[in-house]
Amino acid sequence: MIEVEGLTKRYDRTLAVDDISFHIRKGEVVGLLGPNGAGKTTTMKILTCYISATAGRASINGFDTFDDSLKVREQIGYLPESCPLYQDSDVVTYLNFCAEVRGIAPSKRKSAVERVVSDCDLGKVTRKVIGHLSKGYRQRVGMAQALLHDPAVLVLDEPTSGLDPNQIRDILRLIHSLGREKTVIHSTHILSEIEATSDRVLIINNGRIVAQGTPRELMAQSSGTTVFLTVRGENCTAQIASAPFTASAEKIADAADGFVRVAVRGAAERDVSVDLYRLAVEKGWLVSELRAESASLEEVFAQLTKG
Amino acid sequence: MIMQPRNVSAIFKKELRSYFASPVGYVFIIFYLLVSNGFFFFIEDFFRQGQATMRGYFGTLPWIFLFFVPAITMRLWAEEKKVGTLEILLTMPLREGEVVLGKFLAAFAFLAITLAFTLPLPVSIGLIGRPDMGVIVGSYCGALFLGAAYLAIGLLISSLTESQVVAFIVSVAVIFLLLAIGAAPVYLNSLGPIVHVFDYLSLLSHFNNITRGVIDSRDVVYYLSVVVLFLYLNVKNIESRKWR
Repeated sequence: MIEVEGLTKRYDRTLAVDDISFHIRKGEVVGLLGPNGAGKTTTMKILTCYISATAGRASINGFDTFDDSLKVREQIGYLPESCPLYQDSDVVTYLNFCAEVRGIAPSKRKSAVERVVSDCDLGKVTRKVIGHLSKGYRQRVGMAQALLHDPAVLVLDEPTSGLDPNQIRDILRLIHSLGREKTVIHSTHILSEIEATSDRVLIINNGRIVAQGTPRELMAQSSGTTVFLTVRGENCTAQIASAPFTASAEKIADAADGFVRVAVRGAAERDVSVDLYRLAVEKGWLVSELRAESASLEEVFAQLTKG
Repeated sequence: MIMQPRNVSAIFKKELRSYFASPVGYVFIIFYLLVSNGFFFFIEDFFRQGQATMRGYFGTLPWIFLFFVPAITMRLWAEEKKVGTLEILLTMPLREGEVVLGKFLAAFAFLAITLAFTLPLPVSIGLIGRPDMGVIVGSYCGALFLGAAYLAIGLLISSLTESQVVAFIVSVAVIFLLLAIGAAPVYLNSLGPIVHVFDYLSLLSHFNNITRGVIDSRDVVYYLSVVVLFLYLNVKNIESRKWR
């Protein structure tokens, strides 16, 4: 559906996007993740034909973004970062204008506008002037504008920025439900959003893709599971450290009543909580905490994008 | 250049609507009527002259337009760039030419509406005297041609900046220059034949020809060329973001 090959964008001296390639299948929801200034917005601007790449190519549904720009734009719904809208227009007038430009036949405009008004829950504000709406409503008008022509591909640049937690949840729910029939590419620097919505993640840093895969795959790439164990027993830390399943064991704190808290990493990145339990039973130790913690997407992200 | 009339008309309607979506459009029209009539009645002193003619009115018009017309165009691109709405607009399936033409026609329609509000003036003069209506009709046409040229220039300049204030000031300066080269031939005479070139390039000399009551095809061609040239440059400037 979306094919990107060797995409590069240079602004004067800075290289915003550096030889990026990726493919997105029909119906996939892909999260573009990266720190600010990583090249997410530039990539999206190229995909939506707002600017052109310095080198490389991008195509959507087989149409090249440079050579067949009109065809590409017909199939895309785009919500730019910061959701720019005409402040002096009311919601319905604005959506009608978009419908007209999108080439929706006059007889179908009303129903198209009504559909997005209900999908984006704008019923209460249809006659309000956009400039007077709250940020949450404006973001929904932006979404409505992107969905009006029922596009095959949605490009959403930080659709949740500046929203409160409830509004974020609503937008994410909307993106998730759209993903059932549309190809969605959305960017964010908030990791939990990716976990909640996306089939696949592209992590971008300094204009390059540094990792891609499902959220689960990415978490697996990082350094495995740490088991936290709070235990009381004779010389237990040393015995855990010398057990065959242990890669490293480190006492992190002395707890009350002679307990110690130990962080254990298994050999071969394995989750060793069961082995630790057996060892404790065998030695007759008292255990007050036994908890396995996998690396979060946050840690993966931090490892990949630092420096 | 291929264009879809539907797209041009969508942009045209949106822009024309936005002139009247806020009080700005109404304030503009009222202010224009006050200033242009003020000049006509008090500075040109219509009643003391005792002549049923609008010559005084159209004599000051290029200079009044100089400050009013850039105010019509300053917003058209600069605001879209500043707010960022340009990004949504240009990622819709529209050709740059359609957007430029739609915006230009909306600005032109707004100017024509403003001028239409001045029509009670020639009607009143017609009631109290016997003016040469041919000259008056010709002068109105001339005003529309002159205004169209100003608008095309102002529109291009608006597309070069994100600031409406800058767009306004630069437009006034550029239009002033194009007027002045025709208005000051007295001390340009020493330059020799080049004066005729200046005279031909000036927005003013062609307007003066038309307001004499003769609509000459050369003057019409001149204004149309100015409009086409600046709209073309405007399209190229909007397209330039995609050059590589």
